[in-house]
Amino acid sequence: MTILWLVVPVALLFVAAAIVAYVKSARAGQFDDLETPAIRMLYDDEPVNSSGAALGRTSPCEVAPQDRG
Amino acid sequence: MTTDSTQATPAVESSRDSRSRSTSVACAHCGLDVPRARVADDGGPSFCCPGCATVYATIHALALDRYYALQGEDSARQPATVSGRSFESLDHAAFLAEHVRTREDGASEVVLALEGVHCAACVWLVERLPRVLPGVIDARLDRVSGRATLRYEPATVSLSAIARTLDGLGYPPHANRGAARQEARRARSRKHVVDLGVAGACAGNTMLFAFALYGGHLDGMDPMTRTLLRGVSLAFTLLSLAWPGRVFFQGAWTSLRTRVPHMDLPVALALTIGTLFGAWNTVLDRGDTYFESLTVVVFLLLIGRFLQEKRSRDALDAVDLLFSVTDATARKVDADVERETPIEALVPGDRIRVRHGESVAADGMIERGTAAFDVAFLTGESKPRTLRVGDRVLAGSRNQGGEVDVVVEAAGPRTRAGRLMDTVRAAAETKSPIVRTVDAMARRFTVVVLVLAAITAAVWWNASPEQAIQHAVALLIVTCPCALGLATPLAVTVALGRAAKRGVLIRGADVAEALCGPALVVLDKTGTVTTGTMQLCEWSGPAVVLERVAALESGVEHPIAVALSQAVGNVDEVVSRRHVEPGFGVEGVVNDEAIVVGSPRYVERAVGELPAGIKASVERVRVRGLTPVVCARAGRVEAVGGLGDAIRPEAKAAVQALRELGHDVVLLSGDEPAVAFAIGRDLGLDERSIEGLASPERKLDRVRSAVASGRRVFMVGDGVNDAAALAAATVGIAVSGGAEASLEAADVYLAKPGLEPLLELMRGSRRTLRAIHRCLRASLMYNAVNVALAMTGVLNPLVAAVLMPLSSLTVVTLAFRAHTFGDEP
Repeated sequence: MTILWLVVPVALLFVAAAIVAYVKSARAGQFDDLETPAIRMLYDDEPVNSSGAALGRTSPCEVAPQDRG
Repeated sequence: MTTDSTQATPAVESSRDSRSRSTSVACAHCGLDVPRARVADDGGPSFCCPGCATVYATIHALALDRYYALQGEDSARQPATVSGRSFESLDHAAFLAEHVRTREDGASEVVLALEGVHCAACVWLVERLPRVLPGVIDARLDRVSGRATLRYEPATVSLSAIARTLDGLGYPPHANRGAARQEARRARSRKHVVDLGVAGACAGNTMLFAFALYGGHLDGMDPMTRTLLRGVSLAFTLLSLAWPGRVFFQGAWTSLRTRVPHMDLPVALALTIGTLFGAWNTVLDRGDTYFESLTVVVFLLLIGRFLQEKRSRDALDAVDLLFSVTDATARKVDADVERETPIEALVPGDRIRVRHGESVAADGMIERGTAAFDVAFLTGESKPRTLRVGDRVLAGSRNQGGEVDVVVEAAGPRTRAGRLMDTVRAAAETKSPIVRTVDAMARRFTVVVLVLAAITAAVWWNASPEQAIQHAVALLIVTCPCALGLATPLAVTVALGRAAKRGVLIRGADVAEALCGPALVVLDKTGTVTTGTMQLCEWSGPAVVLERVAALESGVEHPIAVALSQAVGNVDEVVSRRHVEPGFGVEGVVNDEAIVVGSPRYVERAVGELPAGIKASVERVRVRGLTPVVCARAGRVEAVGGLGDAIRPEAKAAVQALRELGHDVVLLSGDEPAVAFAIGRDLGLDERSIEGLASPERKLDRVRSAVASGRRVFMVGDGVNDAAALAAATVGIAVSGGAEASLEAADVYLAKPGLEPLLELMRGSRRTLRAIHRCLRASLMYNAVNVALAMTGVLNPLVAAVLMPLSSLTVVTLAFRAHTFGDEP
């Protein structure tokens, strides 16, 4: 079982690398919002719609409110 | 005599409303039922409100209709709000300097608090912003906190244009106030996330080595390998204790120093002894080690803490969002041009315009115009004050009719409201912490465990000293109150989450516990037990006169006029002439009859001296603390009305229910004693527990002295005048629609109006405490079994490693299944 004297330290190196990566990402704020990314990834990127983009140039505030009441 | 017939009108209306719902048409935007009057005749989409119609049109024009496809069936339904503001104030240099950050790449970054974020599709819609508005580079929405982080090119697009677009989509944006507090909370949360991850890594790896050691235990293992594996486990345990586990030692140290019992004490004790014992056995290569149990304990306890912290963080974020939504702008008048200006940018000498429905942003003097001001937030006074040129107005007063220009004399922290906030902060600092049940139990628990360990050691000493120590240590480790430390945070977390869904925002776990025992409940009057708006409370005279009066008063902006015009439903009277004397009354011609309505003096001047019967009625109305209004028809005085702040319909039952829960109820009002007593008697309180003309300082004194005498005090209020008392009380409860000062001071915020949520809060807290007790009993039972096993010497690391997570699992299940808020037990 002398191989363990090699394998265990190697495994420890892996653990250390994982912990360092984790701590870095946590401190960079990657785990700040645990809910929205789960929703966001469900939305596909749709192809850029040229007419939509053109429409987008008119400011939406100019759209008259339609009160059908 | 009374207004039974008139007060029944809203009820009739609402039943008509519900009938129309039975043949419902769903709103094309939010999916809620559309009132019949609003159903479109042309077969086109119908909307429940103008807000939804605007948002639907905007979404359609921007080709974002996919939003509706993304809305799941189970999405929360909520009608859209559109403020229609210009958002000019966001382009003001003062705002840009405070809230907008320039990034290295030249783009600007801003965080805005959005109203109306409620579902997953909202994330999609808000994050489509770069597609529809050129110049916006990136939009990220945090769904839970409702904050959007936007990157944009200031040269291409102005912040106000972005704000208007968001507003058009149904998410009116606001300056993100309390950003520093949020940043501090986020930093703490990141620390927790790091701790949790490291503790998890240590626990997982120690477990892996433990399995190898279990195998060795059964089949034999050469001593060198065993020492290697144990040594590595020891290293992980030390890492776990020194890094994420340090919080337990810090807590235990504080607990020892301040002599306040705390859960961390027995935990730290078990961790220390377990680790020392394991280290000793590793070095000497003999006996058992419990490293896997110790690291798992650290991990599980941190999970409990993390969830609890996250929950109170969400509640605090939600309160900050409410803060942000309150008006932070004023209309500054420069050479007759109105500009929306952030409050922070106001300086003495500026002129601001205050329109109907708006709040005054600073203390000052009226320079032009007359208006009725609601000062209830500041003083608790329910009657509006009519203020004219030369009168002083205080920041926080709400204009209830009319338009005035005010010359600013003091702005920001130097206003009366700002100075009151200093008292609030001082009161909050002197508040003593709540000792929690678990902590109180922890002390007894620690003593009992130490005694049992001593007994175990003594009993086994004769057999073999080595075994005696081994069994005593095993006992200390397995009784480490893991389930105790995990169960209560979880039970509380689940309860707080359910409460938040029902509109009760609780700031911390200790609050829920403090709410359980019998206490002195101090109620504020205006806005808490009353609706806070003028209503017709008494009417003596023919109903037909009231209809004429309502018709005459409709369209007049004074709060009394509004109350009178709303007292009856739709009327088809014809008003052919109307003359308003601001602050006194109205005269005019309705259905060809001359009508005069107003203060007794005003009517007297118009039609001559009042008859004795009418004078008596006026006096009776005054005694009840109401404002009298006299009405004359065709020159004859025919009716007297009493207007005042009406008691909420559920208030009396709520006070009764509070008493049944074992609380003493006291009414403290800043209003006139006559009004306070009239309302208090209607609630069924006796004279001794009612006090009028209570200044903010007086309220604070009452609460402080009750707390000092060892009583539990719950203060329920809504205004700036209650804020200091809210902060000083054992638990401060701010009710819906309150001033932001009360939000900052309170421990609990009820997002739904009325006293019903208050009862829900009390009952839910009691159920939560019962759930906690159930969890505690379960974990104590497990510990009893563990103690028995340890004392008889059956326990070994393998048994401990199985038993401990099992007990945790049981209490976690119990905690999640507990009935707390929102359902009957």
